[in-house]
Amino acid sequence: MPNAISIIEIVFYMFSGVATLAALGVVSSRNPVYSVLFLVLTFFSTACIWLLLEAEFLAITLVLVYVGAVMVLFLFVVMMLDINLAKLRSGFASYLPVGILVAIAMAAQLFILIWARGAGSQVLEYGDSGGSNTQLLGELLYTEYLYPFEIAGFVLLVAIVAAISLTHRRRPETKYQDPSRQVRVTRDERVRLVKMDAEED
Amino acid sequence: MLTLAHFLTFGAILFSIGVAGIFLNRKNIIILLMSIELMLLAVNMNFVAFSRFLDSMDGQVFVFFILTVAAAEAAIGLAILVVLFRNRQSINVEDIEELKG
Repeated sequence: MPNAISIIEIVFYMFSGVATLAALGVVSSRNPVYSVLFLVLTFFSTACIWLLLEAEFLAITLVLVYVGAVMVLFLFVVMMLDINLAKLRSGFASYLPVGILVAIAMAAQLFILIWARGAGSQVLEYGDSGGSNTQLLGELLYTEYLYPFEIAGFVLLVAIVAAISLTHRRRPETKYQDPSRQVRVTRDERVRLVKMDAEED
Repeated sequence: MLTLAHFLTFGAILFSIGVAGIFLNRKNIIILLMSIELMLLAVNMNFVAFSRFLDSMDGQVFVFFILTVAAAEAAIGLAILVVLFRNRQSINVEDIEELKG
């Protein structure tokens, strides 16, 4: 029955609808905290769609790494900064027409391209998936893509160093150790020999 | 029945909303960063869809690397934002004009 709406389709339309509405909420909500929470909802719904496409590892990674770490970082920064919302919102209405115009033009061009190139004829079918998604991805990552994988690790290391060195503040009143002075210390700085007479009793 | 075009259309809608977000909120750096995340998500959506329909895992490996780089970008971007707010008490794009670019 090719025309009946299957459960997969219902799931797809539900999650993509939620993701689209949440994405609209991200760009239009008044409070940045709500924007971050809407973005979490967008990521979560998209992760569910990735599950439909049998990309289980990436779906879980998106929820764990993106929602769990990056979005919480966003939320932390948004809540930490005391920003003047009214001033940042000014000009929203004046940019609205051109923003919507550009977005609709861009979306229309993409739709024409997608549907003209015959992507609508490739039907999603579920069959033998050929093993665990995580195992397949891991086998590729640790063999063919080993070098890029190590570079990705290095990129994360650079990000850690950059983020800490940018935000680290050296306060004058805090006490801290100077390792090079500790290493260079000599005996004379620490030990003082005192000559004195032996005491009775 | 779901086709490749459905997933690509969803990606296109997400990308367009991200572009619209950059236009609408061009004073608030935090929402600009979030719009960039939306656009990256749309790109990842396309990669995953093509990976599934072309029956190739390479697309998913690319998504993995994009997620890595996007996480690094968000961490450094937010660190710069915190330093900026500490120095200027503002995250308005119009207040950042020292470089006269």
